[in-house]
Amino acid sequence: MSAIVSIKDLSKTYQSGFRALKNVDLDIADGEILALLGPNGAGKTTLISIICGIVSPSAGTVAVNGFDNVSDYRKTRALIGLVPQELTLGQFDTVWNTVRFSRGLFGKKSNDAYLEQLLKDLSLFDKKDNELRALSGGMKRRVLIAKALSHEPKILFLDEPTAGVDVELRKDMWNIVRRLRDSGVTIILTTHYIEEAEEIADRIGIISNGELLLVEDKQALMHNLGKKQLIVELKESAPGLPQSLAKYDLELSDDGEQLTYTYDTMSDSTGITDMLQAIQSAGLLLKDMQIKQSSLEDIFVDLVRVDKEPVDQKSVDKKQADLAEAKS
Amino acid sequence: MNFQAIKVIFLQEMLRAWETLFQSLASPVISTCLYFIVFGSAIGSRIQSIDGVSYGLFIVPGLTMLSLLTQSIANASFGIFFPKFTGTIYEIHSAPISYLEIIIGYVGAAATKSLIIGCIILLTASFFVDLNIAHPVWMVTFLILTCISFSLFGFIIGLWANDFEKLQVIPLLVITPLVFLGGSFYSVSMLPPFWQTVTLFNPVVYLISGFRWSFFEVSDVSVGVSLTMILGFLVICIAIVGWMFKTGYRVKQ
Repeated sequence: MSAIVSIKDLSKTYQSGFRALKNVDLDIADGEILALLGPNGAGKTTLISIICGIVSPSAGTVAVNGFDNVSDYRKTRALIGLVPQELTLGQFDTVWNTVRFSRGLFGKKSNDAYLEQLLKDLSLFDKKDNELRALSGGMKRRVLIAKALSHEPKILFLDEPTAGVDVELRKDMWNIVRRLRDSGVTIILTTHYIEEAEEIADRIGIISNGELLLVEDKQALMHNLGKKQLIVELKESAPGLPQSLAKYDLELSDDGEQLTYTYDTMSDSTGITDMLQAIQSAGLLLKDMQIKQSSLEDIFVDLVRVDKEPVDQKSVDKKQADLAEAKS
Repeated sequence: MNFQAIKVIFLQEMLRAWETLFQSLASPVISTCLYFIVFGSAIGSRIQSIDGVSYGLFIVPGLTMLSLLTQSIANASFGIFFPKFTGTIYEIHSAPISYLEIIIGYVGAAATKSLIIGCIILLTASFFVDLNIAHPVWMVTFLILTCISFSLFGFIIGLWANDFEKLQVIPLLVITPLVFLGGSFYSVSMLPPFWQTVTLFNPVVYLISGFRWSFFEVSDVSVGVSLTMILGFLVICIAIVGWMFKTGYRVKQ
């Protein structure tokens, strides 16, 4: 993997004493879409802000295309476009002027043909003479993307690009992101919508409490950490779990009509055959069966919950075992 | 050097003034006219000439400085405060642009606007009095130096301020009194000896005095001292803004 962004041992402690990032190491591959997933306040925006040069790190280094982002900031920043989380736009500028301003700020000569095409691609061209304050939230988001792309960056950071955006526009955004990736742009997006990461990312990093808990190929992550559940519906409700089924990891629903069996897809033996026979032997009659694969959301919630409850040593051990397995 | 960036910042700031053209230009012109009517004609007609210069004429340099100082500070402080306030400053911080280029863009635009206003005020004044400038080159030098140094000072205020109150407090509570007490409307020699000494601690006295000398060859302090003071002020401002950018104080988290 050739890394276009390489982060080493990055930490940030704000003046208030808040430790936003703790010894983060991360390599971002050229041309990939990396989704950074994490709850609010996890450190996602701080990480992005440091890479882009908006926030100074307390320790550690960031290299972009092989150049240090502090000593060689001109070279690194010229490669990067940033779409911030907040809809931070001037009020009285027109769409056209603000996009031209951004291009100039990054040292690029004006190129009206490029900007015109960019605005057309983002369905903004008919609004080019509108004042920014007159635009809807979704349109403002598009303007921010246009500004970030105005200087033809190689790397695009999207900080919560679809926060507060309706479903249609969100899908539009995803298409834009895919198109950009196809044109060779590396994309790093932060989100707390699992669906988003699941939909468009190649790799997923999970951040919580300033720590990068894992970075994994999306498919591998879901495969490795994914649990499957076999849900067995019973013809007649059972008053309790029969003694003979106690050795299986089975849960009986409150109404006694459903048994849930959780198993690991990675292990050699899932134990399904034995378990089903045991159910039959116990005299329970099956009505229906279904299988549920845990989603990224379940994985995420599990990881972050464990991270937030470090006192529960058992969970921590389990998480570390899971992580070790995921990385192996 | 990222000349494109300097250019777009400069043009954006100039465009802002252009869009509020009436407010930007009419207000200094109207206030200058009012000062001339009240001080120059109404009160001035009862005041004898100062150092051989009629009172109406005498107040021209001080009046110009009064507007120049307040406009330079207001333009530059607002220019950098506004992106901080709206959050659009993120773009400046993430762009491949050095602190020097940021300063040249913002301070350059603010100083240019003040310079234009200064010229308009002098033009307005020439309708009221017969303006003869003894040392035009020095006059322009003082004008430019004042515009740059006070725009830089305004830029510092804009960087330092984190709310609108702080943005207003220094221009209102420090600059306005210093300008009024700095000999805009009188010669320092008209004050009692004690207050003459106190006045010498007011840096604006040196500005107005030097500027007035370039018009009428009369001054409260020597021209060399005036020039040294304004250059000193410029150096102090450069040092402060350099320190702020270097340490990130009120600039970067």
